[in-house]
Amino acid sequence: MDNSSYIEIIKTARELFEDLSFTYASKWKQENKSRKIIGFLPIYIPREIVHAAEMLPVGIFGAGDRIPVIRGDAYFQSYICHLPRTVVELALNGNLDDFDGFIFPSICDVIRNLSGIFQIKIKDKFVRYLDFPQNFEKSIGGTYYRSELERLIDDFEKMNNVKITPEKLNASIVLYNENRKLLQELDFIRINSPYKIPAVDFYLVQRAGNVMSVEDHNDYLKKLLPLLQESTNEQEDKIRVVVSGSFCEQPPIGLIKTIENAGCYIVEDDFQLGHRWFSKDIDCASSDPVDVLIDSYLNDSTYSSAVYEGDTPKGDLLAARVKELNADGVIFCAPSFCDPALLDRPMLEKAMDRHHIKHSNFQYHENLGQFHVIKEQAGTFADMIKLWE
Amino acid sequence: MEIQIENSMIKQKHMLAEQFIELSQVKETGKKVVYTFVPGNLTELIYAFDMLPVYPEINSLQSGMRQKSKEYIQEAEDMGYSEDVCSYVKCDIGMMLQGNIGPTGQQLPEPDILLLSYTGCFVFMKWFENLKQLYPNAEVAMLHIPYQEAGKMEPSAITYIKEQLKNEVIPKFEKVSGQKFDNDKLGAKMDLSAQAEDLLIEVFDSAKHTPSPIDAYFGGVYYIGPIFTAFRGSQDCLEYYQELLKEVNYRVVNKLGPITPEGYMKEEKFRLVVEGPPNWTHFRGFWKMFYDIGAVFVGSTYTRVGGVYDDGFRHSSKDSLKSMAEYCLGCYTNRNLSQRIDFIENFITRYKADGFLVNSIKSCNSFSAGQLVMMRDLEERLGIPVGFIETDLVDPRYYSYSNIKNRLDSFFQMLDQRQTFNVGNDNLSDDVLT
Repeated sequence: MDNSSYIEIIKTARELFEDLSFTYASKWKQENKSRKIIGFLPIYIPREIVHAAEMLPVGIFGAGDRIPVIRGDAYFQSYICHLPRTVVELALNGNLDDFDGFIFPSICDVIRNLSGIFQIKIKDKFVRYLDFPQNFEKSIGGTYYRSELERLIDDFEKMNNVKITPEKLNASIVLYNENRKLLQELDFIRINSPYKIPAVDFYLVQRAGNVMSVEDHNDYLKKLLPLLQESTNEQEDKIRVVVSGSFCEQPPIGLIKTIENAGCYIVEDDFQLGHRWFSKDIDCASSDPVDVLIDSYLNDSTYSSAVYEGDTPKGDLLAARVKELNADGVIFCAPSFCDPALLDRPMLEKAMDRHHIKHSNFQYHENLGQFHVIKEQAGTFADMIKLWE
Repeated sequence: MEIQIENSMIKQKHMLAEQFIELSQVKETGKKVVYTFVPGNLTELIYAFDMLPVYPEINSLQSGMRQKSKEYIQEAEDMGYSEDVCSYVKCDIGMMLQGNIGPTGQQLPEPDILLLSYTGCFVFMKWFENLKQLYPNAEVAMLHIPYQEAGKMEPSAITYIKEQLKNEVIPKFEKVSGQKFDNDKLGAKMDLSAQAEDLLIEVFDSAKHTPSPIDAYFGGVYYIGPIFTAFRGSQDCLEYYQELLKEVNYRVVNKLGPITPEGYMKEEKFRLVVEGPPNWTHFRGFWKMFYDIGAVFVGSTYTRVGGVYDDGFRHSSKDSLKSMAEYCLGCYTNRNLSQRIDFIENFITRYKADGFLVNSIKSCNSFSAGQLVMMRDLEERLGIPVGFIETDLVDPRYYSYSNIKNRLDSFFQMLDQRQTFNVGNDNLSDDVLT
């Protein structure tokens, strides 16, 4: 592997991760006066629509430990998770000034009410709470979702003075299909040979896709993937784990590194779940691409703590996935005070027990700085599996 | 006169006792049981199928008041529920694991159907996903109520709810109950609901009098009992509110304050509006901190969590499904933050409140996230003193008497000084105001 090229590529992702001023997005916007930036909160939004409106969708995943939280703490009580504090801090510090709007997907009460705070405090920007249907019948939930998407499209068209034609939306779908496919290739490399890419690098590469334009991220991945194929990293004696529960407030980089250093190859995680919300291509030749996006959401969404599980228990899906990945166990790793993840955890743990899958759990917050307890716990988990399984 | 005042309380006790007896006899009567939630509840529809509702939140709050919640929560935490999550959920699950004994000491029946009416609280969905695993034989009906994101009821949201009622909820109710849907039967119940809702609003609006004849928070939780839970749409419910209104009107005529656990409130010193649910584990002690000092609540948002009738909405038989949809959409925590602030502002001005208090509940992000912004916004809009305390619903570990008392003492001192100096009165000299 060309090590210098690899280092350079990862450096780009790390710089994007560390840049809380979102310089990439600002530069992108400056290139053309008609361009706009739309921030979105975890987990999933149909970025194809934002792209078709000639806007840049940028994921806002908090600021970790990279900014002191001063004003953000004055907005939330101590028992509310950490992510909204750093999001508010970023907004009030002016880091999001170049953004033209924000989308808050319906994933929990805190993100929902954060949209209200933005409506009140960030008055001159577009703010939308996007309510995803929890009814998956096309004629019911699908009809409702269409009205939500059409309202969004209508607002975007007015904001940016563009028409989101079926052709434009199909073209955007093509790009995002390609992006999903490239990220799947990255996934396959990790699943088959997790030693080829350190967990932190993998995370940064994925995360870069929530800042870069889809075109740039596709090019970026096309440069990275061949390098990984050539990787000469050697496999170490580590167990294979799936990490679950970190889909919104992000684990600190140190935590990801700690899990790996403690003897666990992460073969799947949900840190950037929105990227793999769909595992198959979305039809890009329809005369009604909005309908296609609706169908994809209703029928092909991945399981998630934010989506009603219906008749298919999430625990069984996770267990099936663990087996499919030939993983040795699951680490439930949820942010403190995260209702969706923490209320799912007992159900998921029970399902793992039913399927005889080993598991461990701990909580974190995005600005956690001490990892030795987690290292001991993850290390013990790995040792237990290596010794007794 | 004391006896007349107690009539509504006696009636409510009697209604509750009968309800739990009826629930304990379902094996004999063959009646089907629906577990559902208070906000956006479909009580009239449940009764239109001759089924019986059970409300897990009410079980939890009653466990809290009976000092049972600590042990139930511990039971749930032992099986893996985090200390960080909603104590209602843990209390309910712990109670179920310990035999599901209800407040009257009788065992509650298992659900035949879980009606997940997901209104204004995301945790409801997770709660019922958990219950679904604990009651694998129960049918499950999901009713998703969209949030009032834009501060209004979108026609698409109304249609969405109606379609879910038609195609998801009613067919499952028919299947479980073995009865066909009868719109006339439902309509008759909804018209009775509307009459009771008129009376409830008269009761709440009596707070415009000085002294206020009601306490809209601590007393309010009793006033909303029948209409928010198992009785809306019944003749009994209507009679309860007729009785209650009579008692309130008596107090208005005689310039009496509300009833507290220690009799009539003697002196009305401060009129307050409160945001957030009360604490249930120390309910009486918590209330006492207010009535001892002469603080009465003239408005509370918690008493709108199971339905908002202040802006004219009433259940109606004209288009029953649409009416249910509007009811669900309008529940307090399903409104966006700006709507909630406007709502509270209206209380403060209409009922001439001296102060605004937030009781921030650790368990309830639906209420709590954003309250600090709401508080500051109201302070800026109205120049009203604001107070802030933190408790929990049913987890006694998060009730600290001394912390609450200290904060309330400062709040009351602030209100007292304001009254003494009559801040805002232009006749006062600048140095007094300073």
